[in-house]
Amino acid sequence: MILAAIAVLGLSGLPACVFSSRRAAGQRLTTLLMLLGSGLGLSGVVMSLNESATASLSAAWFLPWGRFAVSIDSLSALFLLPVFVVPALGSIYGLGYWKQSEHPTNGRRLGLFYGLLAGAMALVTISRDGVLFLIAWEVMAIAAYFAATAEDDNPEVRRAGWVYLIATHVGTLCLIAMFALWNRATGSFALSSAQSLSSELAGALFILAVIGFGFKAGLMPLHVWLPGAHANAPSHVSAVMSGVMLKMGVYGIVRMTALLPAPDMWWGGVLLAVGAVTGIAGIAFAIGQHDLKRLLAYSSIENIGIIAMGLGLALLGRTQNRPDWVLLGLGGALLHVWNHSLFKSLLFFNAGAIIHAVHTRDINRLGGLARHMPLVMGLFVVGAVAICALPPLNGFASEWLLYVGLFRTLGSDVQSGCPAAALATVALAMIGAMAVACFVKLLSAVFLGSPRHPLPRHLHPASTSMMVPMLILAGGCGVIGLFPMLATGLLEKAVGVWISLPVAEDSMMAAAPLNWITMLGLVLIILVGLITLIMRFLPMAKVVREVGTWDCGYSRPTARIQYTGSSLGQMLVRLFGFFLWPKTEGPQLQGVFSGTTQFKSLVPDTVLDRLVVPVFNLAGRYLPWLRIMQQGQTHLYVLYIVVIVIILMIWGACGN
Amino acid sequence: MIEKVIHVGVLLVLPPLLLGVINKTKAWFAGRNGPVLLQTYYDLFKLMRKGMAISTTTTWVFLAGPVITLATVLLAGLLVPMGRFDAPIAFTGDLILFAYLFGLARFFTTAAALDTGSAFEGMGAAREVTFACLSEPALFFALLVLARVSGSLKLTQMLHGPAGGFTAAVAAPLVLVAIGLFVVLLAETCRIPVDDPNTHLELTMIHEVMVLDHSGPLFGVILYAASLKMLVIGSVLLHVVFTFQTGRAWLDWPLFIGELLGLAVVIGIVESVMARLQMRHVPYLLIAAILFCGFGFILLVR
Repeated sequence: MILAAIAVLGLSGLPACVFSSRRAAGQRLTTLLMLLGSGLGLSGVVMSLNESATASLSAAWFLPWGRFAVSIDSLSALFLLPVFVVPALGSIYGLGYWKQSEHPTNGRRLGLFYGLLAGAMALVTISRDGVLFLIAWEVMAIAAYFAATAEDDNPEVRRAGWVYLIATHVGTLCLIAMFALWNRATGSFALSSAQSLSSELAGALFILAVIGFGFKAGLMPLHVWLPGAHANAPSHVSAVMSGVMLKMGVYGIVRMTALLPAPDMWWGGVLLAVGAVTGIAGIAFAIGQHDLKRLLAYSSIENIGIIAMGLGLALLGRTQNRPDWVLLGLGGALLHVWNHSLFKSLLFFNAGAIIHAVHTRDINRLGGLARHMPLVMGLFVVGAVAICALPPLNGFASEWLLYVGLFRTLGSDVQSGCPAAALATVALAMIGAMAVACFVKLLSAVFLGSPRHPLPRHLHPASTSMMVPMLILAGGCGVIGLFPMLATGLLEKAVGVWISLPVAEDSMMAAAPLNWITMLGLVLIILVGLITLIMRFLPMAKVVREVGTWDCGYSRPTARIQYTGSSLGQMLVRLFGFFLWPKTEGPQLQGVFSGTTQFKSLVPDTVLDRLVVPVFNLAGRYLPWLRIMQQGQTHLYVLYIVVIVIILMIWGACGN
Repeated sequence: MIEKVIHVGVLLVLPPLLLGVINKTKAWFAGRNGPVLLQTYYDLFKLMRKGMAISTTTTWVFLAGPVITLATVLLAGLLVPMGRFDAPIAFTGDLILFAYLFGLARFFTTAAALDTGSAFEGMGAAREVTFACLSEPALFFALLVLARVSGSLKLTQMLHGPAGGFTAAVAAPLVLVAIGLFVVLLAETCRIPVDDPNTHLELTMIHEVMVLDHSGPLFGVILYAASLKMLVIGSVLLHVVFTFQTGRAWLDWPLFIGELLGLAVVIGIVESVMARLQMRHVPYLLIAAILFCGFGFILLVR
């Protein structure tokens, strides 16, 4: 059933290609097929969860290596849910956002690769064979490339696409190396438990997995492709890439660590440290951005960091034989995977609605949109509160599990604990405070105050097909936030796939009383409602007059003197200047009454713009003699392959 | 049950008195008579009877700011024990909820400030969110130390003192944590040397400047929530520095209230003898708080 769903999803864009490039019928059909595929897939997932045995299928196929082996267990099911939900919602969203009639040149291509992307991601999560996995992985990467570069007439989009393509292939290279090593160590490509590996070999596989999957997930400093690609893709593609595709990297790490034997201490330590660095640096870069979607992309990096911290805690728990750490760490991380796919997709859909209305991504030019699009703003507040992990929404539930797990590493003495790991709580606290700064900045710069530049005369309102997916996602944020125990069953099962825990200690509720989160969330909402009611019906409390903002007696305020997003983040950017390296230009002040002048500030990506690009430029300058090899003549390339194969054959023969 | 009722009663009634005590102390240092102790109550009643003037720029966020702040601080107050009495609500992991409730309050306070579109309130909001990024790690280091010495993840038990009594190995980190927490208290409740609640220069304020446009009952709610926050964070600090109990309920309640008022006197003294730091030096103070709490943690787990 899920395979059928994948086929429908993957091919959903195909029939539309025969339709006229200006009519909407093709796009509607694509969306319908996407919904059909997702419905099939979701029912398949639910069915597989109800069955006690795991459904699997294994067949020989045309390739000499590997088999067509697929299987679905709770871990796959957990990752399949967002794969089936978010792209389908994005497809509905696309009906209003990326109308075929407005984008005749690239609408059909986008539909084709968008469906292919969704299908390939589903295949990634269920494949149980290294070769099949790599094929699905590559199809996913390429489909994402074509979907993200829909507007390929824009040079910026092309550049972002190039960076993405290079980064994803470097990652895939690591994965190929990893699966080759896997094949050598276990004797087959089958992804089944290999508990007998030596610890050095397992360590090497782990490192390759973290690097290879880390490129996709966006762990620092492997995140270089992420901000550009997310910023320049159409918003519903950004939502799918950020909300779901990054999670495939997480899935890869989770799956591989489940198969490898019990880890050494340093595995968990590495992931905790990398997660903390990724989280803090990601949110610090986010604060420095003034491009709406770049900011959201950096915040995705931050959330991947949080998830990595959870995985690190789970690995430590497995080494130390502490079921509660595993349960809370991995459970929190997996719940955060869901949560992030809900609220980040919501925020990207929001961003799309804003861009659709005002045609700019620069938040410093915006302001006061709350008056024009109140519903979008309300949904944005929901997404922002959720992503800052504030109660009573879903981000808090998952981070709370992580916190409780990390606090438990304290132990009461040295034997039972690992206090160094508890330091991660401090990093998490800092990330939380910075996330609040970041999203208050975004909220206020876009929606609050008054417009900093004149808005377009006619703001495109967000159509119903754009609002409905957002409402569904916001509802999901609320439901998981208030009733996190709904998810615990599946989470416990998924953790059980990762490591079989003793029966007595596999209950998440026992380790962390989630029912209190429900209760206090409701109490908080009731308290807010109560105070609001009192304020409203207080006989005296009424608005006696509406005036302009006071502004300390400034007689002729203009909208230009408001704090912009950049000025709000400036203190923090300066505080973290040692790795953000912000660029500023101007202002040139001369004399008492200085003339007109300009001030520019920008936070470029330290890794990409200060390390990778200069290195590539150096390579371009000093290695042009290598071009002798690259003449653009296909038969010569084939010759290279033949020569290399012959050399390898000779080498192999000598080796034997 | 009766304890819980008293807890809620103290939580609701006492906070404005703390501000009165602080102002009285400051007046005494300056050789003035100062406002009467109950002045803040009078102010609150006066504000509640007034109408509101609201800026035309604002949206519902402006109204939600004070309301949500009050609700979150009240809820946080129910998680903190008073003296030897347990908090009305206690569960494993409530310390994180405690910290994040203040985060929610900060989100809406700063958003409400920015809702007015005033440059001054923008400055206040920028300072608030920036300094929080430094006080939050200090708070969590302190929570780590408390969780470790008490072996519990419930605020009530964490604050009731170390499981094995005060040995030197436990007391030394707690002293460091108490210093750090005091700085956090001053920063979070916007007192000198971080912020000056009495200044007339909007350029130099944090909290007061964020609420410039709030008036009438809304401003009353803000004033009340601020004093409530001082009581809540103050009681956390008091449990670390002051653990003496008589064992008799009728004595322990007055004792705890006395401790709170004593803390208000200390804050008043600090405000009287110190000047406000330059705004760019505030981060150094907060980093010092992180270091105090961090060294406390290292000392404990070494």
